[in-house]
Amino acid sequence: MPAVLRKENNTMKKSLCLPILFLAAFAILSGCGAKDSPDTLTVLNYGKYLEPEVLEQFEEETGIKVEYEEYVTPENMYTKYRAGAIDYDLICTSDYMVEKLIQEGQVQELDFGNIPLSKNLDPVYFEFSKSFDPENKYSLPYFFGTVGILYNKEMVEESEVDSWSILWDEAYSGQIIMADSVRDSFMVPLKILGYSLNTTDEGELKEAQEMLIRQKPLVYSYLVDEAQDEMIAENAAMAVVYSGEAGYALEFNENLAFSVPKEGSNMWIDSWFVPKTAKHKENAEKFLDFLCREDISMMNFDYVYYATPNTKTKEALDPEIQESPTIFPPNEILENCEVLKPLDDISNTNLSILWKEIKAAD
Amino acid sequence: MHNLKRQILAGPYLLWIAGFVLLPVGLILYYALTTTSGQFTVFNITSITASVHWKALVLSLELALLCTVFCLALSYPLAMVLNGMKGKKSSLVVFIFILPMWMNFMLRILAWKMLLSNHGVINTILDMLGLPGLDILNTPSAVVFCMVYDFLPFMVLPIYNAMSRIEKDVIEAARDLGAGGFTVFFKVILPLTMPGVVSGIIMVFVPALTSFAISDLLGGGKVLLIGNVIEQAFMQEYNWNLGSGLSLVLMVFVIASMALMNSHGEEGGTGIC
Repeated sequence: MPAVLRKENNTMKKSLCLPILFLAAFAILSGCGAKDSPDTLTVLNYGKYLEPEVLEQFEEETGIKVEYEEYVTPENMYTKYRAGAIDYDLICTSDYMVEKLIQEGQVQELDFGNIPLSKNLDPVYFEFSKSFDPENKYSLPYFFGTVGILYNKEMVEESEVDSWSILWDEAYSGQIIMADSVRDSFMVPLKILGYSLNTTDEGELKEAQEMLIRQKPLVYSYLVDEAQDEMIAENAAMAVVYSGEAGYALEFNENLAFSVPKEGSNMWIDSWFVPKTAKHKENAEKFLDFLCREDISMMNFDYVYYATPNTKTKEALDPEIQESPTIFPPNEILENCEVLKPLDDISNTNLSILWKEIKAAD
Repeated sequence: MHNLKRQILAGPYLLWIAGFVLLPVGLILYYALTTTSGQFTVFNITSITASVHWKALVLSLELALLCTVFCLALSYPLAMVLNGMKGKKSSLVVFIFILPMWMNFMLRILAWKMLLSNHGVINTILDMLGLPGLDILNTPSAVVFCMVYDFLPFMVLPIYNAMSRIEKDVIEAARDLGAGGFTVFFKVILPLTMPGVVSGIIMVFVPALTSFAISDLLGGGKVLLIGNVIEQAFMQEYNWNLGSGLSLVLMVFVIASMALMNSHGEEGGTGIC
């Protein structure tokens, strides 16, 4: 066959070939997620937020195989869940994100009859949860806490740590770690300015953004989970962290201390919920009941080190830990704190642009 | 018959290309040109002109260019030294160069983070010697440094490859005809190694331009490259349309840089690309 002709012939074959290939490829790709068996449970949780042995013990006791996955920020979780590649059975996330998903109709009601041990949880925290789950139908509290400044007593003037404005003090240039999470970072200037951390007012957000841009040259880095490690290693003098992380860090370096500034802060509750896509709701409830069990909750507390709503666990702890204001924030601090609420789509877009501008600033 | 057999053998590869290259690119194209509600729009692509995105793209180009220049400046002399070595010795040195590539690159970045931190190994040693500390972690310098470290082998190997294929006779002939060291280098060695240089540049510039993990880890969240913007659009904002639009723009830059380099390197033998 002459070369020219052969070429034409080939392209004709190709034009048929390509759609078939696409179909085949698509079939292979979509076939990947099809497996399903009744004895599994797919869990999605924050990083470093569950003692791995708890999973092993659950598998041993119930024969249910747990597929465990982690994420970094609530926004990451939302993307993972919404991408829909995996049908999660049980997810743990923060208050405002639970509320957003409830509003979007993505959450199933829990059957508390299947979680009898939820009686171990202090009713006070179900009251707190009403701010995002008004009838306590959808969520089960897991851990709670505040956001504050973890600081190194050797490097920081202790009398100044009672105010967020120390994070703008040029004396600490290059020694400040901020939260690499939009809402947590904006919380700080909003509180200094005396605004609500749920504000959607563009002027107020802009003011907060200007403060964060002004602060950027002083910032050592923006981190989430690694902040505590950097503080333990004394690579920075101060970090904006969740109270539980601070409690954990204090165990490793006695120069560290934690303060929730007087301007107020964010009180958060991380809760479990069963999403609409769940295929194994019963297993999920079994797992929740298991988590509320005294011994399991204790194992988990020792690993995570955040304030637990489980009264049985709290009573069994050393009085020293029970009274630690870092791990269990006292009521006068909690009263000065706000719970995050989900923002509308426009404010979310606005906020993420403002955040990018901070990250891109010199 | 023979032809058919060959086509069957190519089947898995074609399936791979269709499923993992063409299909995803098609999806990116679809997302890039639609809004979240599925209507046609070019906003996702034109939003590259938004000041934050443009700034991130320019910074990415700058850092990638810097990284490429450093890699080239380090690699060319190194390739010449390697080429000058005899037999076993040179293969040992090449082996040492490839060795770090056996380890996952994320682990190596994390290692650098530990080494460079305020109380890290490097600063502790400098401190012991009474020298001033090295304060580059969480700055663009650290990002470029680590890019150079990571991508250096991709520049060294193609250049070394091209250089080792130059016949000794060619150089001797040039010498016979009265060429001095400089002339031999500029008129013979450099032109003959150009294909290697070109593929080296592409293999360093393209990953450097699109990287986001390095800037995230060693930039301390303070260095925003276009890769980070795209990652944030996908992972934080749940805005796949914007992420795809920006990816498409980045893809254009990648293809343009490859086309530019290839048009310069077509004459002569082939490098790795």
